Amino acid sequence: MFRALVNFYHRLGSPPHFYRISGKWIPWLIGIALVMIAIGWTWGLIFAPTDYEQGDAYRIIYIHVPAAWLSMFAYVCMAAAGAMGLIWRMKMAEVMAVTAAPIGAGFTFLALASGSIWGKPMWGTWWVWDARLTSELVLLFLYLGVIALDNAIEDRRIAGRAVGILALVGVVNIPIIHYSVQWWYTLHQGPTVTKFSSPSIYWSMLVPLLIMGIAFMIFFAGAWLMRARNELLRREASKRWARELPEAS
Amino acid sequence: MSLTEFLRMGGYGGYVWSAYGIATAVLVWQLTAPIAHRRRILKQIKRRKRRESRRQ
Repeated sequence: MFRALVNFYHRLGSPPHFYRISGKWIPWLIGIALVMIAIGWTWGLIFAPTDYEQGDAYRIIYIHVPAAWLSMFAYVCMAAAGAMGLIWRMKMAEVMAVTAAPIGAGFTFLALASGSIWGKPMWGTWWVWDARLTSELVLLFLYLGVIALDNAIEDRRIAGRAVGILALVGVVNIPIIHYSVQWWYTLHQGPTVTKFSSPSIYWSMLVPLLIMGIAFMIFFAGAWLMRARNELLRREASKRWARELPEAS
Repeated sequence: MSLTEFLRMGGYGGYVWSAYGIATAVLVWQLTAPIAHRRRILKQIKRRKRRESRRQ
């Protein structure tokens, strides 16, 4: 068992194996994610009941909350990969760290944009400098910082190290985002899903939300592998395994 | 429930549908961007191989 794990780990660290294995996984991950998104959104838009306080505007929750969860989840993944790259000098971990950033940035943007659209009819404003909103905006800038830093440094190994350090330092923002609604009570509402006292969320509203949360995570896994595969191919373009790929002939 | 009623979203249609529109755009972009990038990389590898075989 242990040998099998070690073997698996080494194979993932080897570029041609990673390229081959990820190529098999990507269509499944993206396919399952898209089916789950279709189910989650259909349920959320049609079958979930109308909220008695917010009317149908609350249906934005099926975008906003899973996008916000993923924006933090992707950051932790990026920082973990960055740490592995720094500690064990794994090239593959550096590739994983830098390729998580554009996906995280996309979903952070989505969380901010959908929150803004939801905030307008409910709070009467598109934006306030509330602690939750501000810390989520900082998260977007951290992602953009990682992308910019990686583009600015020519040497791939030095870029990998710099990105790893920035990603790790930025982790401090994650608990700030999470607890912001409790530490500074301003405008953004507190947690809904883990609130069990009355009024708590109705099951038919909750199930599609959880489906969407898992769907976005699986989508992220697929999109991450797509980008990591590209980055690997780009870095190893002059290696024999890359030149001998059937798709490159 | 009629279709127009569904699209109205109790008066919040503009907000709800624009949010879902942006979400769809982000998802589509997250798939098309790496697919296009992959094509570019493969094309570059092919071009380099052609150039080298001509030189020999």
